[in-house]
Amino acid sequence: MRTFDPYAPSRDTTEGTVYSVTGGDWDSLVQEIGSTKEERVVVNMGPQHPSTHGVLRLVLELEGETVTEARAGIGYLHTGIEKNMEYRSWTQGTTFVTRMDYLAPLFNETAYCLAVEKLLGITQDVPERASVIRVMMMELNRISSHMVALGTGALELGAISPMFFAFRERETVLDIFEMISGLRMNMAYVRPGGVAQDLPMGAIAKIRDAVALMRKNFKDNTTLLVGNSIWMKRTQGIGYLDLAGCTTLGITGPVLRSTGLPWDLRKMQPYCGYEDYNFDVITADTCDVYGRFLIRMNELEQSLRIIEQALDKLEKLEGAPVMVADKKIAWPAQLAMGGDGMGNSLNHIRDIMGTSMESLIHHFKLVTEGFHVPAGQVYVAIESPRGELGAHVVSDGGTKPYRMHFREPSFNNLQATSAMSEGGMVADIIGAVASIDPVMGGVDR
Amino acid sequence: MFGARGTGDTSGYGGLVRTAAATGSSERPFGSYFDEVADDLERAYPLFSEAIERVVVDRGELTLHVKREKLVEVSKILRDSLKFEMCMGVSGVHYPTDAGRELHALYPLLSLTHNRRIRLEVSVPDVDPHIPSVVEVWAGNNWHERETFDMFGIIFDGHPGLTRILMPDDWQGHPQRKDYALGGIPVEYKGATTPPPNERRSYK
Repeated sequence: MRTFDPYAPSRDTTEGTVYSVTGGDWDSLVQEIGSTKEERVVVNMGPQHPSTHGVLRLVLELEGETVTEARAGIGYLHTGIEKNMEYRSWTQGTTFVTRMDYLAPLFNETAYCLAVEKLLGITQDVPERASVIRVMMMELNRISSHMVALGTGALELGAISPMFFAFRERETVLDIFEMISGLRMNMAYVRPGGVAQDLPMGAIAKIRDAVALMRKNFKDNTTLLVGNSIWMKRTQGIGYLDLAGCTTLGITGPVLRSTGLPWDLRKMQPYCGYEDYNFDVITADTCDVYGRFLIRMNELEQSLRIIEQALDKLEKLEGAPVMVADKKIAWPAQLAMGGDGMGNSLNHIRDIMGTSMESLIHHFKLVTEGFHVPAGQVYVAIESPRGELGAHVVSDGGTKPYRMHFREPSFNNLQATSAMSEGGMVADIIGAVASIDPVMGGVDR
Repeated sequence: MFGARGTGDTSGYGGLVRTAAATGSSERPFGSYFDEVADDLERAYPLFSEAIERVVVDRGELTLHVKREKLVEVSKILRDSLKFEMCMGVSGVHYPTDAGRELHALYPLLSLTHNRRIRLEVSVPDVDPHIPSVVEVWAGNNWHERETFDMFGIIFDGHPGLTRILMPDDWQGHPQRKDYALGGIPVEYKGATTPPPNERRSYK
């Protein structure tokens, strides 16, 4: 019996000779492949590969340097979030959805909470301050997400400095998230009915400083990349996908806007009060990687504009509630900082333990059992950094979701890999995939 | 946990068990742009009353319940005449108690031209889980249909390559069906044992 040796340099299969390349002497490999008559080479790229933007597997059929077929293999990060949510209460759901697209957690939470609120019929009852905080947090999150897209995209194409600048800006945003929610990622900050807690003291001034700092710092990457001839040669005319391709493949977000169509759900189908903010929808008409890069760069400034307007609104709404008034939905306690960190406020504990048995029962029931959501189903879509993030939520009238489905833009847009890269050079696949900006946590859920 | 059986509710606070209710057809006027969509579809598609089983308007969303044999026809009309250029995928739902129509597939549609959204719903029995594929109408539904096949076992006839997409190729069963157990093990911490999520007391 022949034993399979995973470290053997080559082995014969029914499909032809399979070479395992894990570094080492490439010259000998090239020589050996060059001696075969076969023109066609099938290359497996990933799922563990520094340039595939996460655990994405690409199977490429090459003729020389030209890609004749490209197929994406996914599922390496499947965590069963949708199934798990069917066994947890509606409030616990936010801690799951926030872990899907881990670069845009606040978008996942907001899409989910908007859907739950629509099922509950309390969309109009969500306090304005909560909506403004959601908008501000989402736009900060858009900046941090675009920063990863730009930084890793540039890194994958061989430029290292842009990543240093991009992650420096992302750090500024994550510090703000930590100040507000206590966590840099996976915050579970947005809850059905509002947000988990109000902004801490001095947050608005700190965010204003951060906005000014970021506006100055964004210029570093702009001067480094916009108009840079090497960058343009690697990105212009690469990963072409026009409007017809986008509509049939269901592509949204920066990839759709790079075809010149100003489609942005914040403008077209506003939610969370986006109709009250002034900002521009950025487009490009090149349908290529460079156009998508420019869109992301320019959307940063638009996000800063929205954040500034949100901060103005928040100053006017100082002291307003951040959670829906209905005590059958709102979390019973306002969190407060105690000697052992963030937790239930001492006043609340004193009240339920010492004076009101009914409050204690209510607190216990709401936390263990949760609230009921009337039966029905909704589909709510928001504009995430990657495109349309849709939440399809079904309730059977119980305290848990009956079915949760997320229409993840990363999952959908990754289908365009083949259309963008077939017929092009093998080195350009990296740029095309990076311009889609898939996040595998969102793709696989 | 707590020895509760049946609903698991020992308090009465949570009320009775409810099952996902299948609502009846909505009455005209539907409100918003929904009447216009229904009228346009009736004009463009003479077999409307035969193909569309129910029209449901709920929470400001329009759902057309389509017979599976007519799904591709209706989809083409919706795409070409009513300008629903985009299909945002397909989402399966499993209702084991809905006899004869246990598996549902929902297709959220988006019109860029008119800035409108509607939804198609197709239901099929568990014993015959076949739905025609709409990949020829909206190519982007390719992966979505593979995912719904993977998770619910709905077979999309005419799909160019209907294979599992998230689960391993040799996986048994379809994980998001209600008869597929979540699994899990009890966790002990400081003397107390927490049962796996699907064995905990459940409130309905």
